[in-house]
Amino acid sequence: MANKTNKKKKRLIFRSVMLTVMLAAVAFALYSNFTEDKKDILQVGDEAPNFKLKTINVEDKEALTLDHFEGKGVMLNFWADYCPPCKEEMPYMQQLYPEYKKKGVEILAVNLDQGELVVENFIDTHDLTFPIVQDKSGQVMELYDVGSLPATYFIGPDGEIEHKVIGALTLDKIEGYLQEITPES
Amino acid sequence: MELSTISSNLLYGAFILYLIATFFFGGTIRTKGKEKASTRTGNIAITITIIGFLSQVGYFITRWIASHHAPVSNLFEFTTFFGMMLVLAFIVIYFIYRLNLLGLFTLPVALLVIAYASMFPREISPLIPALKTHWLYIHVTTAALGEAILAVSFAAGLIYLIKSVDQSKLNKKTFWLEFIIYALYATIGFIVITSVFRGIGYDSTFQIPSEMENAEPTKVEFTLPAITGPHNGELITNGAMQPIFNVPEWMSGDKAASKLNTFIWSLLTGLVLYGLTLLILRKRVAAAIQPYLTKVNPDLVDEVSYRAVAIGFPVFTLGALIFAMIWAQQAWNRFWGWDPKEVWALVTWLFYAVFLHLRLSQGWQGERSAWLAVIGFAIIMFNLIAVNLVIAGLHSYA
Amino acid sequence: MKNITCECGHVNPEGTVLCEACGKPIEGNQHINGNQPNKLLNMRYDGSARRSQTYNKTFVDKIWNFFSSVKVGVWLIALTLIASAIGTIFPQEANNQSPLPANQYYEQNYGIAGKIYYQLGFHDLYGSWWYMLLVASIGISLVIASLDRFVPLYRALKKQKPKRHETFLTKQRLFGQADQATEEDKEALVQGLKKQRYKVYEQDGHILAEKGRFARWGPYVNHIGLIIFLIGTLLRFVPAMYIDESMWVREGETKQIPGTDRQYYIKNEDFFVETYDKDDPRYQEAIEEQGGTVVKNYQTNAVLYERTDEALPGSEPELKKIKEGAIQVNRPIKVDQFALYQTTYQLDEFKTMTFKIHEKSDEDEKELDTFTVDLVDPKPEYNLENGIRITVDNYFPEFEMQNGEPTSVSKYPKNPAFVFNIFTPDNPDKPEVSFVGIGANLDPSGENQYKVGLKDFETRDVTGLTITKDLTLPILGLGGLIFMIGVIQGMYWNHRRIWIHPREEGVWIAGHTNKNWFGIKRDLEKIVEGTNVPMVTDQNELKE
Repeated sequence: MANKTNKKKKRLIFRSVMLTVMLAAVAFALYSNFTEDKKDILQVGDEAPNFKLKTINVEDKEALTLDHFEGKGVMLNFWADYCPPCKEEMPYMQQLYPEYKKKGVEILAVNLDQGELVVENFIDTHDLTFPIVQDKSGQVMELYDVGSLPATYFIGPDGEIEHKVIGALTLDKIEGYLQEITPES
Repeated sequence: MELSTISSNLLYGAFILYLIATFFFGGTIRTKGKEKASTRTGNIAITITIIGFLSQVGYFITRWIASHHAPVSNLFEFTTFFGMMLVLAFIVIYFIYRLNLLGLFTLPVALLVIAYASMFPREISPLIPALKTHWLYIHVTTAALGEAILAVSFAAGLIYLIKSVDQSKLNKKTFWLEFIIYALYATIGFIVITSVFRGIGYDSTFQIPSEMENAEPTKVEFTLPAITGPHNGELITNGAMQPIFNVPEWMSGDKAASKLNTFIWSLLTGLVLYGLTLLILRKRVAAAIQPYLTKVNPDLVDEVSYRAVAIGFPVFTLGALIFAMIWAQQAWNRFWGWDPKEVWALVTWLFYAVFLHLRLSQGWQGERSAWLAVIGFAIIMFNLIAVNLVIAGLHSYA
Repeated sequence: MKNITCECGHVNPEGTVLCEACGKPIEGNQHINGNQPNKLLNMRYDGSARRSQTYNKTFVDKIWNFFSSVKVGVWLIALTLIASAIGTIFPQEANNQSPLPANQYYEQNYGIAGKIYYQLGFHDLYGSWWYMLLVASIGISLVIASLDRFVPLYRALKKQKPKRHETFLTKQRLFGQADQATEEDKEALVQGLKKQRYKVYEQDGHILAEKGRFARWGPYVNHIGLIIFLIGTLLRFVPAMYIDESMWVREGETKQIPGTDRQYYIKNEDFFVETYDKDDPRYQEAIEEQGGTVVKNYQTNAVLYERTDEALPGSEPELKKIKEGAIQVNRPIKVDQFALYQTTYQLDEFKTMTFKIHEKSDEDEKELDTFTVDLVDPKPEYNLENGIRITVDNYFPEFEMQNGEPTSVSKYPKNPAFVFNIFTPDNPDKPEVSFVGIGANLDPSGENQYKVGLKDFETRDVTGLTITKDLTLPILGLGGLIFMIGVIQGMYWNHRRIWIHPREEGVWIAGHTNKNWFGIKRDLEKIVEGTNVPMVTDQNELKE
């Protein structure tokens, strides 16, 4: 009799394990299928990946890396000349830049155009003083999953992404986010 | 003589030979009680069939040489090849079972298939880049062979049904059996009516205003008198028939109305032909055939039907799914894309999987199995005809 | 668990229909296979004890037994079949190639039917949770149903004895009594069987001849193949196993290949489209029928590079050439685990534009000088002959007027337009402003002395490639291969058994096959030939 009970138990365990494994596989497939679009994308809380891009309006530096601003809050803005809303928010950024630079916040604008001419023209007309770098090959754009423009990342002094904003920002909003990434003095 | 002409003549010859062989196979059931005479007629019939088959192989090879690629690249070529494989599958199964009657039912199906094929454009056409690979030959030929073997199962199933369905009263079974026979008549209808109007040289053109402003209106040609016209279409050929009704708006595509029109004509012509047959026979067609099948051993026919599925299923899987996936992976970097043709190959495969499971473990034999064989063939034909002409995706040859 | 001891002494597990050793129908279990006293025996699974039929105590057992049922399996396949077919009525969202969003597309194109189709979720049928669940259920059913049947069947075929119960024999479809058969006849039968390549076993004068037993494992082998295939499709959801990206590369451009973690780069040396010769007599007719042009080839000549430094993204990488070759439809180029496919293209994007300058009043437009502008990265200044200097005041790669303002809608030079400043030696501080684009040439002031006009341009093609890495392919291939082996094994061979049962006078012969009765009958005809044993009868035919 002991043998039979044992056998029964074994059978139950075997069946339970098999079913659990298969159900887990199905659950995994269903879950992956519906979260497929979201994977691999930089999330708030992730560390902002480093990069190195050629500068356009920085006199003393050929290229800039993100870790150059270590310990500072960084507003990383992706823009292009062919994107009107990008150009609308630029003056706001310029307006806030001098004040926040003193507080330890940098603004870094990554341009996505192909030529330098249009960028230089734009900088001249709007008297932009924050550093602008150019990502001609779109590598950094891809790294940061930038689809539609403008796109802005607010990176805290610890290098973590605090906010990701897609679309144009108002003056108030920029200021609000900049305050959040201001390092404590 | 040009090679392409030789090729056409060989195909024509094969067609005639199949037709003659069919009559000889018919002769085998007439010889009552004379076993020897029957065997001799059967031998003549299968010999003619084989010669016909060789002639069609000749067509295939000469056309291959003439076109510089295997002639399986458009609807005409593929359908003709399917007919050829059907004859091949029949010859193989004939030599296993020596069932003359199978010839009487399989060869007409092959004849219909080839005649149907020749209604499509027959010019030798160049290969577009997506078709330029050996997988075209490998996939298409294996798939056609698999489908052809499965089609033999239909022929055997049909024999079984005509023999065993009780014809003494009209019921669901007799209705559906007549429906299958009518479907064959409608195919003949399509061939007859298309040939007739092609012979006359009938042509009517419709003009459809474009949806975009300032764009030229689209012109659509009808080769059959329009029973149904295109949505918003305007007849511009003088003296041509005005459509009785126009297709609804959702039937988009320039050719939708013309295809529906041909379909209606085929059904009507089929109906006329079927009606005439009924008038002559004065009973249902299946009921008229039944007395000739008294000598048939239903168990043997049932086994032939099942055996054809057993042989055809692996070939079909290999050709229509596995080879198809390998090619799709190479051409479109995904082995499966839920294209309608792919889906219907899957549907066919699932259907025969059901057939096999029902037969093996649920004991579905005899009549039920025969009905399934018929439905299976209907699915294959749907994939061959309707999916190409109506749903159309990547595989749209036409 | 109640084991059943047969009168032959063999102990059978509970739920056995026919004794594993001698085949005697076990009383009280005949309903399982639907056997009836006056009919032939149902031989499926050789009457072995399918476990699902017996243990049905716990919840786990109930789920197990649900999936173990062939009837359930058949229903699952049938439902999948119907669902799949429904998915082809209208194009799937992923395949419809319409700019319209799905919620408008179906209603606009197919009216009320399309609306219902969309609302029921059929527009994305094959990616829907319930379709995936159906396929998954088939997978589970495959595993459980196979396990439940394979083990007992294996046992039954292993334990079978040549000595069979008489009821078993008389209720076989092929059965014959040969009362006149002698020992010599029996020996002749055995020899005949061996000649037909049967394996012959003997026990107390009882004979079992068997061939093709391995065909019985075919279904289980093909089910294993299917399971492996399904596991392969499941693994595609693991990100490391499957990558599918796409990219555009302009002629002359070197770009990193997405999905390769910045390891590989590709340069598009040349992209071209070839068409068939219209006048080739071979295809003339067909080409005419198809509108005059039939494409022969789409090709990108590419060079592949690997990055050799650890440079940060964005900076210029150091590259080492690793491969050079053509990418064509059906002929992808491979690097490491990645394959690059020719998927799409764009012809004739502008690359450079050459302008000429002339005096506005000159009716012959005699050119004073020309200058060429690189449209990807224009230089800001051009110094011409006779002291004219031209600067680019503004550049719009894809020019469009929006709200009365000239703007560019992309960074690609699809419709380039320029605002030039022309500095002449006479007037070095006050430039003339000139707007030049395709089909547009404006002089805003109306007082310009010089005019800049488009003289020539160069174009280049853009190739669209798809990059995939698919480590599941070998698994899928293996699954397909095993499936094929399994179906062929099960379909092209059959398991035939013939029993010879000695009686006081003569022998009884019975035969069984899992398929192809015609074949086993032919075997038997050859075996009984030349003996006193009459051909067995097909008891199935007798009942007619």
